[in-house]
Amino acid sequence: MAAELHVALVAADREVWSGEATLVVARTTSGDIGVMPGHQPLLGVLESGPVTIRTREGGTVVAAVHGGFISFADDKLSLLAEIAELSDEIDVQSAEQELARAKAEDDTEAERRADVRLRAATAGR
Amino acid sequence: MGAQLRVYKRRIRSVTATKKITKAMEMIAASRVVKAQRKVAASTPYARELTRAVSAVGTGSNTKHPLTTEAENPTRTAVLLLTSDRGLAGAFNSNAIKAAEQLTERLEREGKQVDTYIVGRRGVAHYNFRERKVAEMFTGFTDEPTYADAKKVAAPLIEAIQNETGEGGVDELHIVYTEFVSMMTQTALADRLLPLSLDEVAREASPKGEILPLYDFEPSAEDVLDALLPRYVESRVYNALLQSAASKHAATRRAMKSATDNAGELIETLTRLANQARQAEITQEISEIVGGASALADATAGSDR
Repeated sequence: MAAELHVALVAADREVWSGEATLVVARTTSGDIGVMPGHQPLLGVLESGPVTIRTREGGTVVAAVHGGFISFADDKLSLLAEIAELSDEIDVQSAEQELARAKAEDDTEAERRADVRLRAATAGR
Repeated sequence: MGAQLRVYKRRIRSVTATKKITKAMEMIAASRVVKAQRKVAASTPYARELTRAVSAVGTGSNTKHPLTTEAENPTRTAVLLLTSDRGLAGAFNSNAIKAAEQLTERLEREGKQVDTYIVGRRGVAHYNFRERKVAEMFTGFTDEPTYADAKKVAAPLIEAIQNETGEGGVDELHIVYTEFVSMMTQTALADRLLPLSLDEVAREASPKGEILPLYDFEPSAEDVLDALLPRYVESRVYNALLQSAASKHAATRRAMKSATDNAGELIETLTRLANQARQAEITQEISEIVGGASALADATAGSDR
C-alpha cells in the first residue's frame, strides 16, 4: 500500500496547492471525513469550511474552501472548489472587517465566507 | 511645392499615423493572447477533475437525473452564443454568428423552439438589428472573463434546464464559441452541453479508455450529481469564454498585422508617386528655365545685329 496521497487542491481559475500528504480532513455535507492512503474511492460534496492537509514532511496545510467536491481514487485525491484559499494567503484583518461588515449588512452568504476564512486562518497558525 | 506633391505628402503622413496605431494594437493583442492562453491553462485542472468526477457519477451509478437523461421529445433548446464586445478582429464575430445561425436552423428544422442567449456586444447588435428575439444577453467582460462572469452567464441556463419544458424550461443546451486551436487557427464550433452524453464525457476524462473505479458517494449519488452538474456547466461556460477571448485576441492580432502590412505597402507606393511628382516638377522647372534663357538669348542676338 502506498503510504501517501497525491493531493491536488484546485480552484476554478488556478491550482491552489498540490503535493504529497498522509491525511486529508474535509467537511462534507454529511459530516467531517478523513481520508488516508488506501481509502475506498469516494466522491463527496463539500461544505464551506477549512480543509486540513497533513503533508508528508509532517507539516500542516489549511485551506478555506467555499463549496466544492472531494474525489478520491487510486491514492489521488482532488479537492475541487470554486474558491479556495490557503490559510497563509488569507489576510486576517480584512477577513475580520468583512465579517463585521457582513454582519452589519445581514448578508449571510458573505458572513459565512468570511467566517470560513477566519477559521481557516486561525487553524493554520 | 506643387499641388500634386503636397497631396501625396499629406496622404503619406496620414497612412503613417494609421500604421502606428495598427502596429500598437497588434502588439497589445499579442500580449493579451498570451495572457488569455495562460488563463485557459490555469482553468484546465479544475475542468479536468470536474469532468472526471461527472463521468464517475454518470457511469458509476444508475441515477436518472434531468441533466443527464435525454427528453423523449425535445421541443425547446437553448443556444448560448459567445461573441466579443469589440470588433476589429477580422471574421471572428461573423464566423461565430454564422455557426450559431446554422445550428439554430438545424434545430428548427428538427422542430425545436430555440431560445438564444448571447454574450458580447457584437452578437447582441447583430440580433437586435435583425429584430430577433434574444432570451438574455451579457456584455462588458469578453476581453477578460472571470469565473464570476461565467457563473452569471450559466445561472439562467441552469435554471432553464431545470424547469419543466412547459414552464419556460428547455430540454437541451448548446454552446457556440470559437475554439483556440493555435495562434493562426481559431474555429467557431457548436457543442451540445446538456443533456450530457456520458460516453463523450468519459472519453474526455480518460482518453486511454481506463476503467473508472467504483465510487462511494457522499451523501448520495443523486445529491452529488445535483451539486456537480451546475458546476460542470459553469466550468464549461468559463472555459468557452476564455477560449473565445483568446481567439478574439489572436484574430485581432492577425487583422491588425495585415492592416499594418497594407499600410506599409501603401506608404511605399505613395512615396514612389511623390518622388515621381517631385521629379516631374524639377524637370518642368529646368525646361522652363532653359526655354526662357534661350528665348532671351535669341532676342538679344537679334538686337545686336
